[in-house]
Amino acid sequence: MSKFTKKKSGDLPAISTASLPDIVFMLLFFFMVATTMRETTLMVQNSLPTADQVEKLDKKDLVMYIYAGKPSQRYQQKYGTEARIQLNDKFADVSEVQSFIYAERDSKREELIPYLTTALKVDKETNMGLVSDIKQELRKAEALKINYTTVQGDPTANK
Amino acid sequence: MARRASPEVNAGSMADIAFLLLIFFLVTTTIETDKGISRKLPPWQPEDVDPPTLKMRNVFEVVVNANNDLLVEGEEMELKDLRKAAFDFLDNGGGSGSEACSFCQGSADPNLSVNPQKAVISLVNNRGTEYGTYIAVQNELVAAYNELRNREAKRLYGSTFVELETEYNDPKTGEGRKESLKEKIEAIKDMIPQKLSEAEPKG
Repeated sequence: MSKFTKKKSGDLPAISTASLPDIVFMLLFFFMVATTMRETTLMVQNSLPTADQVEKLDKKDLVMYIYAGKPSQRYQQKYGTEARIQLNDKFADVSEVQSFIYAERDSKREELIPYLTTALKVDKETNMGLVSDIKQELRKAEALKINYTTVQGDPTANK
Repeated sequence: MARRASPEVNAGSMADIAFLLLIFFLVTTTIETDKGISRKLPPWQPEDVDPPTLKMRNVFEVVVNANNDLLVEGEEMELKDLRKAAFDFLDNGGGSGSEACSFCQGSADPNLSVNPQKAVISLVNNRGTEYGTYIAVQNELVAAYNELRNREAKRLYGSTFVELETEYNDPKTGEGRKESLKEKIEAIKDMIPQKLSEAEPKG
């Protein structure tokens, strides 16, 4: 009965790698789901300050981002080292903040507008003058919910 | 009719393709840091409206100058002492009669606030102040409020204010539970309102 004859022991069977693609695909799907593509390329230096009394911003589609800080190294020749505001993909003036807010609002569904939050991603070396100018503009545009985006950490490290 | 055996497709390179994609997504992934201090700005007032008059003792003045130095109630202070000072100011409970504070545990200093409802923290910064310092100061002041709210929430409901809020914001929390949480949060916020006023920066 050749069907039941035992195999010759001795040579190790090769390890099957057939499941390797499955494992890799699993990882791939995880990263695909977890990825949030950067919508804007940063043109300013952006090392955020640290704080420990932080709240999470839950709904990402209801957040408008305003960046501010010194222009990055490669833009410094053109724009200097004075801190500037970045809206979407370009540098902007303080007076453009209002129209930016209105444009963002128009792109959202009407019932979601009250929940919109403005996240200020400001470099920690920026002067308050610029930040308070932005805040004044936000008040004029009635975008009153704001969030100073920070990194979790010891606040005394900011000095 | 004789069936022709279809040749098996070689799947050996599948792993390579998957790896390539995996590496691409690994590199492009940025786990966003969307955490921060939430604040609400006051509505815009075009005309100069007379500000309500406040008693000196109910105002806790914090001034930050262009060199990032702190001046609290007219005296210089280190950042690390600010939280304690603000907490003492809020929790002072120096009022009597209708202004008495039923839950304060402070020393009833005549120079500090009468009760947390009346207490206002005023933050003035210079245009030259660094944003990092400003955030640190904000953080300490919010921390003082949170500490007091935590204490009261713990006393009344057995869990801290921050825990209540985290549970309330958690999408997994059920509707009914949310309702009761909201009530508690509102009650605490009523007891200890966050009155943090920011003046236009000088200089």
